[in-house]
Amino acid sequence: MKQVTLKINNVSVTVDAGTRILDAAKKAGFAIPTLCYMKDVCNEGSCRVCVVEVKGARSLVASCSAVVGEGMEVFTNTPKVINSRKKTIELILSNHKKACLDCVRNGNCELSTLSQDYGCDPHAYDGVSTEYPTDETAYLVRDNSKCVLCRRCVGVCNNIQGIGVIGPNKRGFSTHIGCAFEQPLAATSCVACGQCITACPTGALHEKDDTNEVKALLADKDKYVIVGTAPSVRVGLGEEFGYPIGTNVEGKMVAALKRLGFDKVFDVDMAADMTIMEEGTEFLSRLKDKTAALPMMTSCSPGWIRYMEFYYPELLPNLSTCKSPQQMFGSIMKTYYAKKFDIPLDKLRVVCIMPCVAKKTEIFREHQSAAGVPDVDVVLSTRELARLIKNQGVDFRSLPNERFDDPIGLGSSAGLIFGATGGVMEAALRTVSEVVLGKPLDKLDFKAVRGTKGIKVASVNLNGEVIKVCVASGLANAKKVLEDVKAGKSDYKFIEIMTCPGGCVNGGGQPIQPSSVTNNVNVRALRAKAIYDADKKAPLRKCHENPVVKTLYSEFFGEPGSHRAHEILHTSYKKREKYNF
Amino acid sequence: MLERAHILVCGGTGCTSGNSNKIYSEFVEHLKANGLDKEVKIIMTGCFGLCARGPIVVVYPDGSFYQHVQPEDVKEIVTEHILKGRPVERLLHSEKQEDGTRKAINETDFYKRQKRVVLRNCGIINPENIDEYLAYDGYKAYEKAVTEMTPQEVIDTIKKSGLRGRGGGGFSTGVKWQFAHDSQADQKYVVCNADEGDPGAFMDRSLLEGDPHAVIEAMMIAGYAIGATKGYIYVRAEYPIAVERLEIAIAQARDYGILGRNVMGLGYDFDIELRLGAGAFVCGEETALLQSTEGKRGEPRQRPPFPAVKGLFGKPTLINNVETYGNITQIILNGPEWFASMGTEKSKGTKVFALGGKIHNTGLVEIPMGTTLRTIIEEIGGGIPNGKKFKAAQTGGPSGGCIPASLIDTKIDYDNLIAIGSMMGSGGLIVMDEDNCMVDIAKFFLEFTVDESCGKCTPCRIGNKRLYEMLDKVTKGEGTMEDLDKMEELCYYIKENSLCGLGQTAPNPVLSTLKYFRDEYVEHVKNKRCPAGVCKALVSYKIKPEMCIGCGLCKRNCPVGAISGEIKQPHVIDPSKCIKCGACIQACRKNAIAK
Repeated sequence: MKQVTLKINNVSVTVDAGTRILDAAKKAGFAIPTLCYMKDVCNEGSCRVCVVEVKGARSLVASCSAVVGEGMEVFTNTPKVINSRKKTIELILSNHKKACLDCVRNGNCELSTLSQDYGCDPHAYDGVSTEYPTDETAYLVRDNSKCVLCRRCVGVCNNIQGIGVIGPNKRGFSTHIGCAFEQPLAATSCVACGQCITACPTGALHEKDDTNEVKALLADKDKYVIVGTAPSVRVGLGEEFGYPIGTNVEGKMVAALKRLGFDKVFDVDMAADMTIMEEGTEFLSRLKDKTAALPMMTSCSPGWIRYMEFYYPELLPNLSTCKSPQQMFGSIMKTYYAKKFDIPLDKLRVVCIMPCVAKKTEIFREHQSAAGVPDVDVVLSTRELARLIKNQGVDFRSLPNERFDDPIGLGSSAGLIFGATGGVMEAALRTVSEVVLGKPLDKLDFKAVRGTKGIKVASVNLNGEVIKVCVASGLANAKKVLEDVKAGKSDYKFIEIMTCPGGCVNGGGQPIQPSSVTNNVNVRALRAKAIYDADKKAPLRKCHENPVVKTLYSEFFGEPGSHRAHEILHTSYKKREKYNF
Repeated sequence: MLERAHILVCGGTGCTSGNSNKIYSEFVEHLKANGLDKEVKIIMTGCFGLCARGPIVVVYPDGSFYQHVQPEDVKEIVTEHILKGRPVERLLHSEKQEDGTRKAINETDFYKRQKRVVLRNCGIINPENIDEYLAYDGYKAYEKAVTEMTPQEVIDTIKKSGLRGRGGGGFSTGVKWQFAHDSQADQKYVVCNADEGDPGAFMDRSLLEGDPHAVIEAMMIAGYAIGATKGYIYVRAEYPIAVERLEIAIAQARDYGILGRNVMGLGYDFDIELRLGAGAFVCGEETALLQSTEGKRGEPRQRPPFPAVKGLFGKPTLINNVETYGNITQIILNGPEWFASMGTEKSKGTKVFALGGKIHNTGLVEIPMGTTLRTIIEEIGGGIPNGKKFKAAQTGGPSGGCIPASLIDTKIDYDNLIAIGSMMGSGGLIVMDEDNCMVDIAKFFLEFTVDESCGKCTPCRIGNKRLYEMLDKVTKGEGTMEDLDKMEELCYYIKENSLCGLGQTAPNPVLSTLKYFRDEYVEHVKNKRCPAGVCKALVSYKIKPEMCIGCGLCKRNCPVGAISGEIKQPHVIDPSKCIKCGACIQACRKNAIAK
């Protein structure tokens, strides 16, 4: 690639042509602050926080979008630049609801950080401010009074997820982010992925907080409360307590949950193992059945399910009928476990900790109450769990490592890798291959389906028959795959889709890293690495070898795909209208 | 067939709203009633420019120029002028020469200093009839360009002419064409920016209404020059007449084989589509216009990449303003030297201005670059009405600034206007007299930009709003001297930091008035007084007892009952009730009420 040499604050630096000034400055040792810029997500140059002086330019230049030129002379920290940034932040603050003390993002707010860094007077430009009512759904709350109009949420919804249910409405000082015709989010085809929340630099977007419900359950001595944690929670939670990105804090997490007072602390990895048993069986039977819809598509990710119901109802028959691991977990608790340990259903409650906010809506879906009561009662995101731990005075960092409870706390590491894109596929291939082959695999790693690439394709030899599989994460990528399927241009037999780019490790319920980190560090890859590292060392790496799974089938379900399994572990889908207004 | 007389009825926006359609149909009726419909041709034309005197009717061959014509006057014109050959004196726009004879219309003050290049056909031809355009050398420039010149020669000609963008920026048109020409792509576009949005501006509107084919032909030439086969005209939906005439013109051109495949049999394809804007001022900014043309929210984006590299649908796009295109055919036909012979060293040709405000001859004028402001205001414009004094001229619309009376001899061109803190803009020229408060004027323009900001970037969205709030404080007498400094500082910040031209120029009205009329600001701040008596909060109405005759007119006209007094006794205004509407001043016949 062509190289360009320029000077940044008189430091000479050589970079690829087409590099943003922002990135070139970093290479030269200068950090330029950003607010609206988010790598691969949002590059509108709208906030003007990243302005720099470029010799010869008519006005200041947004370094997030302007690219380098040969011989360019850039100044990133002149008084003019610093004063301009300060004014920009002060202007934003002048129309920002400065209710910081009770803000969910207190301590992790990019606007607050910028304000501190630039010594801003939050009241320098006081004037009228725009007030908006909050828009609440079962999974998300939007408070536009705190919105800085960076449009990162719009960027992620449009560009990464290809949904575009939000955008700027009105204009000038009245501009705000909202849905078409000012409808509430609940009236749209929002898939509830929550990626907008993790993109938001302030407290304008946050998950619907259900920690109070959990606190009430834990305080109620009459209730028997089981908690299950999803694979990705353990590789994200530590960030909330100052651990480096990609630290696996499974042991401390379990210890914390026990100290919070849950009656049982289980691993949803076990339910992921069950998902593979059911889904694998379903896949093999579809392969044999000439009338069955192929390619089969995974059904673990509730945002993806909503996407299919809104946007591709014609492909619903291709979705596996398996419930998601969360819902399998809940239904097993409410049926098998309640019966075995004789816990009355009116006393039993199941709480799930998820890297996800779509899971909060999933519990309200039809056919998600195997025992006649909801499979899962409350879902907390990773962030809410951290909040609960802090609120309840559990000293996370000093906790010992503890283990999930018996008897069904054991999950295989094949269930664990569900957390990363390609993980469900790999877990399924480990099991399906051995079932078809009838003997153990020599090599368990299916590296072609790993990694944070948006679309991955692999060919797998199933005892002589080569099948093509596809893995996609991020719904804009999913759309490409689906369009190919619809056009008959793909010959995949099995497709794994995760709503969030990179899979659940990067879910909408995971800890929020500021853009200063996400623009420079591949957070999802670091979290995924923690999962694959654990898999590498795990003694149990195949779902079908999990003794808990074997027990569940022998004691309760019979065999995978049995009638009872279908009643309890499977569900159904239906077409949904995109607009409900 | 030959006619013995032509009657030209102005079909421009101003005259149309003055009922010129009815005047036209009255002529049709009365000519027929008098058996003249075969001998006399009646033509609906574009704008004559002298809008203040509209509706306008011109009768040829003698060239009688009728002003303020009403439908009921038509019968008299037909029976007296057409039938008997006696022009209707009372309706004539007349300026007498020294010997008492009437001046030809081109010799009158309004027209004689003008040079109509862009508006050459406006008020001459019927814009809804392609044959009339063809008769006036229509589509000859395209034929010449394609048959006698290479694309590069066309571009060189435009470059050599010195033509600069008439939309406001003043960038060299030829260079812009060169960029678009040099970009390699399978598809390129030619776009016409007809989203004229400055308050009070109607230059582009009048050209499109009066001579739509001139723009179409220029776009075809541009298409040939840069290698584009498709054009878009982005025109405001609020310009229904312009839209209709463009539609007619495009349809007629297609019928004649002038648009479409193998245009005029010369081997090139070119076609044009209209896109209607929904009234957002920011869509006049080229990147926002392209977004809107694509059907997206009209918001500017970062440049570079410039449209010439990455424009409409991601393809290289040439985008010029209506008036810029209006010059093209004449440059091709008459040569770049002819064009460059008009104007100043760096600003060639003519410029159309929409003359408005406190001036006699409001309307549309086209002057050679370099004409002084004094000539425009005092000669062409006919001066300030009611014996008032000229105070300032505002050019460039909300992006421009106010030029004080002390600079009335400034020669109008791009660089001079920028040097004195204003800009050419698209050509709005609003004249102000001593009754205008300059703080209020700045507030008016800023309020417009605050309303029209797209809301994308912080400096424009919030900065301009805060600037407006500070101005508002000043007009209410609540401002401080520190506020004035803070305002100035904020102005420069907004100019430096905004994403697009709208934000970068929005503070100009404030900055230029702060520069030239700081005394007025200080008066508002320190003495809580609005010298022009405009800012309501600072004005109080008083009845001068020595002049009041107690007639009661003011009392009867006051909408809020703030005036009391006995008949034949001096009346009094209760300031706590008075809403300062000015109804009493208007009603008083004795000038007994003062602000």
